[in-house]
Amino acid sequence: MPVFKHPQILIASNLTDGEVVFLGPSGWERDHRRARVARKADEATALEDLGKRDISANRVVDVYLADVEIGSDGAPTPLHYREKMRVKGPSVRLDLGKQAGEGAL
Amino acid sequence: MTAVDLRVAQRPNAPMTTYRYDEYDAAFVSERVAEFREQVNRRLSGALTEEEFRPFRLMNGLYLQLHAYMLRVAIPYGTLTARQMRRLADIADKWDKGYGHFTTRQNLQYNWPKLVDTPDILESLAEVEMHAIQTSGNCIRNVTADHFAGVAPDEIEDPRPTAEFLRQWSSLHSEFSFLPRKFKIAVTGAAHDRAAILVHDIGLRIVKNDTGEIGYQVVVGGGLGRSPFIGKVVGDFVPRKDLLAFLEAILRVYNRFGRRDNKYKARVKILVHEKGIDEIRAAVEAEFAAMDRSAFAHDPEEFERIAAFFAPPPYESLPATSVSLRAAKLETPAFANFVDVNVGAHKIPGYAIVTVSLKPIGGVPGDATSEQMRVLADASERFGFGELRVSHEQNIILPHVKQDDLFALWSMLDAAGLATANAGLVSDIISCPGLDYCSLATARSIPIAQAISKRFSDMSRQRRIGKLGVKISGCINACGHHHVGAIGILGLEKKGQESYQITLGGDPTFSASIGEILGPGVTAEQVPDVVEHLVDYYLAEREEGEAFIDTWRRIGHARFKDVLRREGEDGADI
Repeated sequence: MPVFKHPQILIASNLTDGEVVFLGPSGWERDHRRARVARKADEATALEDLGKRDISANRVVDVYLADVEIGSDGAPTPLHYREKMRVKGPSVRLDLGKQAGEGAL
Repeated sequence: MTAVDLRVAQRPNAPMTTYRYDEYDAAFVSERVAEFREQVNRRLSGALTEEEFRPFRLMNGLYLQLHAYMLRVAIPYGTLTARQMRRLADIADKWDKGYGHFTTRQNLQYNWPKLVDTPDILESLAEVEMHAIQTSGNCIRNVTADHFAGVAPDEIEDPRPTAEFLRQWSSLHSEFSFLPRKFKIAVTGAAHDRAAILVHDIGLRIVKNDTGEIGYQVVVGGGLGRSPFIGKVVGDFVPRKDLLAFLEAILRVYNRFGRRDNKYKARVKILVHEKGIDEIRAAVEAEFAAMDRSAFAHDPEEFERIAAFFAPPPYESLPATSVSLRAAKLETPAFANFVDVNVGAHKIPGYAIVTVSLKPIGGVPGDATSEQMRVLADASERFGFGELRVSHEQNIILPHVKQDDLFALWSMLDAAGLATANAGLVSDIISCPGLDYCSLATARSIPIAQAISKRFSDMSRQRRIGKLGVKISGCINACGHHHVGAIGILGLEKKGQESYQITLGGDPTFSASIGEILGPGVTAEQVPDVVEHLVDYYLAEREEGEAFIDTWRRIGHARFKDVLRREGEDGADI
């Protein structure tokens, strides 16, 4: 099992429209700040199991865990620039994606 | 598929210079849309898993990217009608976010379609004789061609009939639907290569032999990506009657011997590199000699019938030069700059070829809004027989503009933000979507292009610098053709940060070369400085008439490297 270094959240793409979604307390959220955070390896495994369940249920695709840091407000923010991009939208079109209010941010 | 008799194929306002579907073509595309609609329904109902569905969606050009799905639409050999361009705009408005991205393979990509809408989008495309078939997958991809086809003064023959012939041969070719990897073919019929044929899996150069017969020089094994190679000649002169059979033989050899155990070594370029061109040539010739060629027998009448679709439009007889053009240039310097930079010579007296740059200063290379697409469609109808081209350099070409109309065209383009006079200059940058959109990317590429473009925003400075190909890729797959940029930039990840590797000396033309690495990677912020230092050094060293690549070749890579090493404290930062 990989070493658990950082808190993690589960990221996926919504099946019907492809939008980036995050597993929250009661289902898939479009705002990463509402994502459930795994702070231990077994919690991350539990998140992954839920992801597999929803892949099977044809709700989401391309599910994976991403490392995050927790802000002072308790909300998670991805550590890697790839996922930082995914929670906002294209850096060259601030009028598009979640950062433009098209998804939640 | 077969072409159709022109006498029964006319439609009101249909351009005379593009291929048009016959009933077979239309039925084939329509059936494919219906089939995909059913596949999408089965996916949404859960009857198909993602694993089962993925090949189907990819066969229809639908990817899942960083923020959303992406649909890649084929524009065969880059030729578009005004009607098709308007439909692309309408789709962008109705099912996407009001813009499209023209790519280096003469395709158009929508960045935000919903899976549930995709069958409707494909149906809408089919209504104007377009589709997304074979824009993905391990098959023969959209055949590309010289974007000045049919109008360039240096042309031996219009490459589009050949490209259309190949499109018909390769579409849903059952034997080549599951090749070891994707396969890309480009065709040029001119003395200057504008189709980058030497960096394609197969490049075709239309040539004429000593007896005046038209044939093809066939190049195989070129390509960029992880392992870049310049293609090698496998057939010096393949007569037209043998072309399909010869290509069939090449594909068979590749299909049989290409590696399938390692996707990174599966392209035909690796096979050619590992076996050597002589062994490949011998295998192709053996296959060609042994195969039943009757199925690929050349039908000259069929070729001529296809060629007739690309017959010249009804040009007027005009003086070679336009008095009104000369006057307008004197009166309006911005227009004069546009003409000098973006307007090229035409084979017909009194006409011109116009390159419409999709690279405004600080803009996203290759992007056009739906409104801009409509302006281009209107412009093509007013000034160019309703025909447009997409270049592999991510620009739009209006191929038949009267010199007398250039000022009116420029005014129209200028009002739409489409009159940037930078074709071929330092800000005419090829860039892949990079990590702003692409799942495979390891770094962003568009912001780098924007930063360089802004750094050289002074257009008179750009003109002083002259022709300079800057090409940027956001990952090693090289969709931005960085290997063949005179200045190439490759975005990578280094210790969790975006890092950019610079190469110099790349060339996509008949004098093709792969760029050489300058040194260690630099940060995004440093890239414009590095490019500027390189350009300044070139300006200081160049001799009369030299473009950047010429100076680099004359004085050598080491000296360019040295000047940056001094700038970058012993190379630590470059």
